[in-house]
Amino acid sequence: MKDELRSVTRRDFLKCLAKLAPAAALASSGLKLGTIFASEEPGGSEGEGHWYGMGIDLERCIGCGRCSEACKEENDVPREPYFFRTWVERYVVTVDREVSVDSPNGGIDGFPPPDIEEQHILRSFYVPKLCNQCARPPCVQVCPVGATFETRDGVVLVDEKYCIGCRYCIQACPYGARYLDPQTRVADKCTFCYHRITRGLRPACVEVCPNSARIFGEIRNANTPLWRFVRTNELQVLKPHLRTEPKVYYNSLDSEVR
Amino acid sequence: MPSQVKRLILLFGIAAAALVLVRFLLVPDSFGRYGHYRADAVDEVAGMEIRYAGHLLCQECHDDVDAVKSGSMHEAVSCEACHGPGNEHAEDPFENRLSAPRGRRRCAYCHSYNPSRPTGFPQIEPDEHGGEEPCITCHNPHQPEPLVGIEDCEACHTEIAKTKSKSHHLSLHCTTCHATQERHPGAPREMRPDKPRTRSFCGQCHGEDASSPETIPRVDMATHGEDYLCWQCHYPHFPEGRR
Ligand code: HEC
Ligand code: HEC
Ligand code: HEC
Ligand code: HEC
Ligand code: HEC
Ligand code: HEC
Ligand code: HEC
Ligand code: HEC
Repeated sequence: MKDELRSVTRRDFLKCLAKLAPAAALASSGLKLGTIFASEEPGGSEGEGHWYGMGIDLERCIGCGRCSEACKEENDVPREPYFFRTWVERYVVTVDREVSVDSPNGGIDGFPPPDIEEQHILRSFYVPKLCNQCARPPCVQVCPVGATFETRDGVVLVDEKYCIGCRYCIQACPYGARYLDPQTRVADKCTFCYHRITRGLRPACVEVCPNSARIFGEIRNANTPLWRFVRTNELQVLKPHLRTEPKVYYNSLDSEVR
Repeated sequence: MPSQVKRLILLFGIAAAALVLVRFLLVPDSFGRYGHYRADAVDEVAGMEIRYAGHLLCQECHDDVDAVKSGSMHEAVSCEACHGPGNEHAEDPFENRLSAPRGRRRCAYCHSYNPSRPTGFPQIEPDEHGGEEPCITCHNPHQPEPLVGIEDCEACHTEIAKTKSKSHHLSLHCTTCHATQERHPGAPREMRPDKPRTRSFCGQCHGEDASSPETIPRVDMATHGEDYLCWQCHYPHFPEGRR
């Protein structure tokens, strides 16, 4: 045994690696080709019930910020410009390929013209952001007390009464979608307006979006607008390499968007 | 069995029992019903109060507004995107009134020009477009169809017509200031319309003793730019004054 091990020379080892490389490449390309849709349905629903998701059509977003405003109104989000359940980012890519991102007060007060002169702008667009309602949510994994969880219809919620305010989930969220509510001292985030959708209403941000840039629906249900959006667009999710399996799907996502 | 082991077992027993008891007391009933969380929390979140009623509810009482709005360019713009959250109002319309955004600000959130907006979305330069008038003096917020504001003269005098349509003189017809022969369009150079020639022409509306509507700003004809014709300082198709 010992001898055998020793007999693997550096040369053999490298050869072996070279053989593995294509296999590894294939495997990783397989991952990329795989569907962006969440691999597993939330526990317990077994093909029945709802399974919520949201589409964002970046070609239609006009950056009016009414979604950010409505979200704060609907969910009593603190008015200070550090707390958002949803916000709108503006990306400006210059001809020198420099990227700048801003989101003054989440877009609630509108966006002033960009600092960069128009002839230096290569392209520019708005990106609404919110909790991605991941099917494999890192925030849920790190919660020490089970105060944040995925419901059986696929929405990640926070149990206000159970949360101890340790901030682990805020750290764990790769999308910066969580904040510590300064009044209640517990973590908070977008709920897809769970209190609205369970009563058959659309989330507040979707309700006020004037240009149908936000599409709400159910992943499995052909009878919701999300279905059409999914079928007619090439969709992407944010930070797919983290394998969090977001359920917020973007159309025409620029490679610069983080 | 040595006595210290017995004591240890007893101790462990008590500790285990205490743990079970504490767990029983501390872990809420519904914990673990669906997963590693308190199932009741789902209902608590779902039971939150609603602020935005949704456009379907507004329609029930304001069907007149809805009828105008649907089919217009603002069809997809929800009532509450402009009027704000209206659930309380819908429950008791007289007790909880909703206001209307009559200023320019709210329209500008969506329509002010910004290079980041998708091309093709109708945008205006808010500092210039329509002077400082509220947008609703010219546009119906529930039916903002593309305004024409322009008469037959537009076909040829496009620039002037467009300029005027955004100015304080929007409401004035070209022919108010230019007596135009019917044959002018057919033979524009031969049949030249009239142009104002005197200061008193503008004075008909802007002089202090003029009998025009009170909203029209007045100047003292005797002292205001008295050495010049009015249009040497004010472009008549886009007059700028104090406002
Ligand atoms: C139950 C019927 C009802 C519903 C539902 C309702 N309204 Fe009203 N609304 C009224 C009545 C009645 C008035 C007139 C109140 C008054 O005169 O003081 C009114 C007044 C208004 C006004 C004020 C008009 C003004 O002159 O300033 C606005 C704006 C308005 N409603 C918008 C809405 C919107 C937006 C919704 C949907 C969220 C809505 N309403 C839903 C009954 C209703
Ligand atoms: C683009 C923004 C906008 C949208 C969308 C909008 N409104 Fe209005 N609404 C206004 C403004 C501005 C006024 C004030 C008009 C005025 O004073 O001339 C107004 C006035 C009103 C009034 C009182 C005057 C009237 O015309 O009867 C009612 C009632 C009303 N809106 C209801 C609604 C309802 C219901 C909807 C949805 C079907 C709606 N509005 C959608 C901007 C809007
Ligand atoms: C003095 C009258 C007047 C006022 C006030 C006014 N507009 Fe207009 N607006 C017009 C006319 C006329 C047109 C059509 C001619 C044109 O395209 O310039 C127009 C066109 C527009 C268009 C379509 C532009 C396009 O490129 O398709 C938008 C959007 C618009 N207005 C929004 C607004 C907003 C928002 C306000 C308030 C900040 C406003 N308007 C105030 C007269 C006015
Ligand atoms: C929440 C966003 C929003 C607000 C607020 C808003 N609009 Fe609009 N407006 C739209 C959208 C969306 C369209 C349709 C654009 C399209 O279909 O390309 C539109 C279209 C228009 C048009 C027709 C433009 C054309 O192409 O001729 C005018 C004029 C207009 N709006 C005026 C106004 C005025 C005046 C107000 C304020 C009372 C206002 N809008 C407020 C979103 C908004
Ligand atoms: C068929 C195209 C056409 C139409 C329609 C038309 N015009 Fe003209 N207009 C002209 C041309 C061409 C001129 C001459 C420009 C020049 O010679 O500098 C002119 C000149 C004028 C002048 C300047 C005269 C001068 O002495 O400088 C006025 C004022 C005028 N038009 C007003 C009007 C009015 C008001 C209307 C609508 C009732 C109108 N026009 C419709 C083509 C047209
Ligand atoms: C408030 C009165 C007034 C109105 C309304 C008016 N004009 Fe004029 N227009 C004038 C005056 C004054 C002049 C002469 C300016 C000068 O000589 O510098 C003039 C000049 C012109 C000229 C000559 C070229 C120029 O730009 O000087 C044309 C063409 C003309 N107007 C077309 C029109 C058309 C078309 C309309 C309607 C869209 C119109 N005007 C509306 C007052 C008016
Ligand atoms: C020497 C240049 C000049 C001449 C000529 C002139 N104006 Fe003015 N006008 C101005 C200036 C500058 C303003 C800005 C307000 C001010 O400083 O009074 C103004 C303002 C106005 C206003 C707006 C006043 C208000 O309260 O908003 C009106 C109306 C007006 N002028 C009409 C006329 C008329 C009519 C004539 C011809 C009889 C005329 N102007 C001649 C320079 C002139
Ligand atoms: C038929 C009446 C009429 C005539 C003639 C007329 N105007 Fe006006 N003028 C108006 C009206 C209406 C307004 C807009 C008032 C308002 O904003 O409410 C106005 C506004 C103005 C303003 C003020 C703009 C501001 O910033 O407040 C000026 C300056 C002006 N006119 C200059 C002139 C000049 C110069 C002439 C002569 C070529 C003239 N007007 C002829 C009706 C007239």
